[in-house]
Amino acid sequence: MDIPLMIGIFPQVVLDGLVLGFMYALIALGYTMVYGVLEFINFAHSEIFVVGAFVGVEILLGLKARGVLGNLSPFLVLILLLLAGMLVSGLLAAAVERVAYRPLRNAPRLIPLISAIGVSFFLQDAVRLFESLWRNAFNLVYPTMDQLNLRFQLTETIDISTRSLVVIIAALGMLLLLHLLVNRTKIGKAMRAVAEDQATASLMGINVNRIISLTFLIGGAMGGAAGVLFGVQYSLINPYTGFIPGLKAFTAAVLGGIGNITGAMMGGLVLGLLEAFAASYLSLLTNGAFGAEYKDIFAFSILILILIFRPKGLMGEVVRERA
Amino acid sequence: MREWLATRLREPRMAAILSIGMIAVSAALAANYSRSLLAFLLFQASILVLYFARMTRWLKMLLAGLALGILMPTLGTINGYYLEVATQVGIFVALALGLNIVVGLAGLLDLGYVAFYAVGAYTWAIFGSPQAGLFLPESVARFPLGGQWFFLFLLLGVMVAGTTGVILGLPVLRLRGDYLAIVTLGFGEVIRVLANNLDKPINFTNGPKGITPITRPPLFFRPLLDVLGIDAAPSVLYPIYFYFLVLLIVGVVILVNRRLEDSHIGRAWEAIREDELAAISMGIPLVRMKLLAFACGASFAGAMGVLFSAKQVFINPESFTFLESIGVLSMVILGGMGSIPGAILGATVVTVLNLQVLKGLSLWLNELRNAGVTILGYNLAQLPTQLEPAKYERMIFGIILILMMIFRPQGILPARRRTRELGDG
Repeated sequence: MDIPLMIGIFPQVVLDGLVLGFMYALIALGYTMVYGVLEFINFAHSEIFVVGAFVGVEILLGLKARGVLGNLSPFLVLILLLLAGMLVSGLLAAAVERVAYRPLRNAPRLIPLISAIGVSFFLQDAVRLFESLWRNAFNLVYPTMDQLNLRFQLTETIDISTRSLVVIIAALGMLLLLHLLVNRTKIGKAMRAVAEDQATASLMGINVNRIISLTFLIGGAMGGAAGVLFGVQYSLINPYTGFIPGLKAFTAAVLGGIGNITGAMMGGLVLGLLEAFAASYLSLLTNGAFGAEYKDIFAFSILILILIFRPKGLMGEVVRERA
Repeated sequence: MREWLATRLREPRMAAILSIGMIAVSAALAANYSRSLLAFLLFQASILVLYFARMTRWLKMLLAGLALGILMPTLGTINGYYLEVATQVGIFVALALGLNIVVGLAGLLDLGYVAFYAVGAYTWAIFGSPQAGLFLPESVARFPLGGQWFFLFLLLGVMVAGTTGVILGLPVLRLRGDYLAIVTLGFGEVIRVLANNLDKPINFTNGPKGITPITRPPLFFRPLLDVLGIDAAPSVLYPIYFYFLVLLIVGVVILVNRRLEDSHIGRAWEAIREDELAAISMGIPLVRMKLLAFACGASFAGAMGVLFSAKQVFINPESFTFLESIGVLSMVILGGMGSIPGAILGATVVTVLNLQVLKGLSLWLNELRNAGVTILGYNLAQLPTQLEPAKYERMIFGIILILMMIFRPQGILPARRRTRELGDG
């Protein structure tokens, strides 16, 4: 075992893990908010996330084709991408709820879940169909923006790229906004009330359907933002990209205690860090017998173990602050 | 039209004449126009009509036996693809019937069902190919094992997959419905990733490259053919052989399913599905029954897995993705959860949609594109090359799942005893 190497890469691994973790946290919010309100796993959330990524790449490619991408400030472009991605994904999530989940709201639990799986599969191929017709390609690459690739040398061995910083800052900002929205505004109060008891909430004059739509809208918007950030960070996307990050984000939500917003964030970070460690250290620890390819198994095993032994999640005992 | 057909089918003599006529005509059409998609679809539809027709039991069995046992293989010798489709349909019918026990009868949503199929497939693939020689000493046995071992492994596959089902089931069956679904999904992915990566440190599965060549079962009926004076090459015999093997297994699976459905076990499963709490208070051993459901469903998949690996001669982890699990699920949902004829119909419709309709659409579109046909002023030659209808099976599955859940959750052919949809107690 190469101890000095393992210590040497430690800070870099932590940084990578944090970037990944914030991404998972943003996606996990969509799962956790919907679960908090409806006790329903929105299986299609991973595709809402992918749609965000595709909106981002379409805008970037459009700007590039007009030759204006180089002239614009990358941060301005990034804000534009985020807003557009959030808008489209949020509206899509709300529309999906209206069409495929609302008619099933009073059905037994598994019925809407199966419908959600259907939506997920449908959206994957719908994105593929759209891109095939529009660009004759569905494996797309985010055009690079030079300023986002600048790396800051923190120490001799550790550096961080601007885009990773952007991911962390944007994610933190959005998590903060969401926290304020849920806990400090009237809408947030209504959401919490609907989560607690739909019938009573509606007696108190809350429009339950509107609040549920809003929950999907906000959760979807977070997913869309995560999609754009995912594209900026990892470049390559295709219509099926969302499945694995989606499953992992769900793991993160469960890990943190599903229905709990702070929990989703913590769960995302823990999972991101664990995965980064697994990816970098597994092969060092086992002398190459098991490599980074086992990091997915690692995440799924955590999911299975958590669900079996502590279905409430890590933060399950904290008073449930459900969205 | 439907009304007309329904009333005719209720009248025994008419029904017999109608279904015999339809089978004969469609088979003749399919034989004559051996490349026609429509003719073959008509042949399949005629078997469906036969199912609905009201006639004496022995006549129905006779006709079904005639259509599936003689006409189908004959058509298969004319167009090999027909037989391939029929064999695939059979494989998926068995899988759908297995999943039907877990999802339909016991009400446990299993999203990683294909994992058991994979376990069965790898059980034979590893020992029926030189693969096992890579990690077992030659003193144990010489690999690949001979074809006669295939039949033993068919049983072994059932047992290994069943055991896997129990091992997976033990810890997770306490979970609530939707969590159980996600855990089984995770388990399915774990099996696939393992198959993908267990080529080192010890090479069990040969990783993404897959295992080949896998030994096929022996042509033990060769002497009989010689006596009859039939001299056919193995390349002609094997598709028919596998078709009959699949037909045999499907027959056994249907029989087991029907016996289970009305046994105390089947009733216990349905009781659990309807209301767990009530089931427990009636003295049903909950965990044992759920485990049994998992093991039963898994064992069917295991048997089919063994057969699949022998039929394909080559397997790799790509055959066992989440997509396959959802495909089988949508077959069960389409036909009707808990309904045996439903699962058969669902498997047939979805497989035919995937293998024939989508592929046919792709071919047709390509022909139009190459011919440069113009529709409404749009030249089809400009159609994007990436547009391949054959690749859109997810969309089919998705649409089936959404529409069925919203408009007809009990399925096309609902189970007789179905009163409520899957409850989670």
